[in-house]
Amino acid sequence: MDEETEKLGEELKRKVREVFGRSLAIREVDAGSCNGCEVEVNSLTNAIHDIERFGLHIVASPRHADMLLVTGPVTRNMELPLRQTYNATPCPKMVVAMGSCAISGGIYRGSYAVLDGVDKVLPVDVYIPGCPPRPQAIIQGILVALGKMEERKGQQS
Amino acid sequence: MTVEKLRLIVEELPPELHSKVRSAKIRGNDLRLVTGIDDLASLAKHIHGVYQAPLVTMHATDDRAAEDCFKLYVVLSPRGMDAFVTIIAALEPRSQRFVSLTPQINEADWYEREVQDMFGLEAIGHPDPRPLVLYDDWPQGEHPLRKDFPLDRRPPRIKGEYSFTKVEGEGVYEIPVGPVHAGVIEPGHFRFSVAGEPIINLEVRLGYVHKGIEKISESTPYWRGIHLAERISGDNSVAHSTAYCQTVEALASAEVPERAEYIRTVMLELERIYNLIGDISGIALDTAFSVGAANGYLLRERALNLNECLTGSRLLRSVNVIGGVRKDLSANDREKTLSALVRLKLEFEDLVDLMVTSTSLLDRVETTGKLSTEMAVRLNVVGPVARASGVDRDVRRDHPYAAYDRLNFLVPRGAAGDVNARTRVKIDEVRESFSLIDQALDGMPSGPIRTVVENIPAGEMAMSLVESPRGELVHWILAGRERPYRHKIRDASFCNWLAMEEAVLGNIVPDFPLINKSFNLSYSGNDL
Repeated sequence: MDEETEKLGEELKRKVREVFGRSLAIREVDAGSCNGCEVEVNSLTNAIHDIERFGLHIVASPRHADMLLVTGPVTRNMELPLRQTYNATPCPKMVVAMGSCAISGGIYRGSYAVLDGVDKVLPVDVYIPGCPPRPQAIIQGILVALGKMEERKGQQS
Repeated sequence: MTVEKLRLIVEELPPELHSKVRSAKIRGNDLRLVTGIDDLASLAKHIHGVYQAPLVTMHATDDRAAEDCFKLYVVLSPRGMDAFVTIIAALEPRSQRFVSLTPQINEADWYEREVQDMFGLEAIGHPDPRPLVLYDDWPQGEHPLRKDFPLDRRPPRIKGEYSFTKVEGEGVYEIPVGPVHAGVIEPGHFRFSVAGEPIINLEVRLGYVHKGIEKISESTPYWRGIHLAERISGDNSVAHSTAYCQTVEALASAEVPERAEYIRTVMLELERIYNLIGDISGIALDTAFSVGAANGYLLRERALNLNECLTGSRLLRSVNVIGGVRKDLSANDREKTLSALVRLKLEFEDLVDLMVTSTSLLDRVETTGKLSTEMAVRLNVVGPVARASGVDRDVRRDHPYAAYDRLNFLVPRGAAGDVNARTRVKIDEVRESFSLIDQALDGMPSGPIRTVVENIPAGEMAMSLVESPRGELVHWILAGRERPYRHKIRDASFCNWLAMEEAVLGNIVPDFPLINKSFNLSYSGNDL
């Protein structure tokens, strides 16, 4: 077992309960990554990290999602599908930009075929640096996003 | 030996073709034939047919600045030789047309569509000239790999529509899937035409993750190009960066220290292990065999942890450097690797036992998604997919690189070409990888791990093939000043996508995810 994951996980579980009642549904969108980030997102669900036990679910449709986890620099050809996915996600929703490319376009920045990062297309709540970020970093990032959501909730009530 | 065989190819040309060869040079193991654009197809067809030479890559260069023309390169690999034949043909000055090779060499299909998109050269007589990478909203006359197209030009979107193949008949309907899929995988669109349950046509539409990597590479100095190569297809970082480094090293005629070759071999095989274990676990997952999947992904996580332990990167990034490797393997690293592998091997065999004795799993994978040997050869499929269909081809044995010529290994093969055969081949490949790492760690000589590579001559061209976990991949570079003038990348997936369109025919739609997983192709590597 990985201690770091356990510690982060417990905190996450508490936050998820506070902010979302029981569980947080995440839809992952690959907007042009090299698939390195997908390796790590898939690692989140293996028996070592097993994020389901903290109340995190990776769901099949944006219509079920509270959060979009977006990877890749947003290619020209993925801009429209990404916008459509965002529009199909019910409010309140969060967008997390995962990995260097999603933050700024990364190594592909400035190319004719990319849009240099998720925030050029959608409002981003949290950025997770790394190429690719380790599973623990992704969990940490989701935790930060939940904190922001909590703040937002507090302001509304 | 190789040189003589290559010379023989030139001598054996029929007189009417021999007279069309303007120059024939041999550099290393590469025979370079220059011919006229009108004779390209017949010359390529001759070598392709007579020497059973599959197409390794086909691409164009923009030489308008120096020679006022575009050039086409066709690289073929004659069977049974560790050698290549490169046919070079210049288009007529200011001409933007050439005769399509696809009617004669089937596997040229996507290469030519790519050349049409990226260079604006028309392949006359191509059976399917629709755009491949650039989309319907891309304006005409803008071709990114032309030299007068700046890297950062982002042309406005126009109105346009892509036409999928229509299948008509009573009860036929279409199922569109993607680009955003239900699982955590890369984006691509699949258009099924279905009559009842069986699939009667599948059209794969890719290009969603096209990032312009070849164009970016043209403005990226060699030392930084490695980082780009590692991000062509993220889970094949070592394979791509090794191919890139080997190409640049070949350009400079540099010798890599032997120890570095062994370390590269270890890294390449570690990459194969975590990828193939992931593939095998995916088969368990997609057949709803949860116990197998949970165990499999646990092993994959262990493999990723070992990677991190050795290199600081779970995906083995930043290991390669031009002239060798950046990270040495200490005696301590060796011990760690060996003990981790002992455990992994035992647990992997448990996983295999669990899977191959599960009748419910076998019921799903046997006879599913068949790809015949004939079709595999016709489409020039590569890697484990090809081997599962009975094609005997592995770059590690046929065109050895790194330390593979000093190690013993088998090239597993299947015959049935179904999901089962692909899974079995991958299982056997993991076993071979375990043995390869053991041998490489044992035989690793001491010494430096890196040599300085300087003075990469502009105007030279070189190529390198690497057997990635998905199969043969190619990097081809025409050198410019301190960076590639033209960098052609061909991932294994580029060869295999069309085979999937064939393999799914007659299968039921719910088996598609399983077939897709057994191919496990890269979208990013294909789209570039």
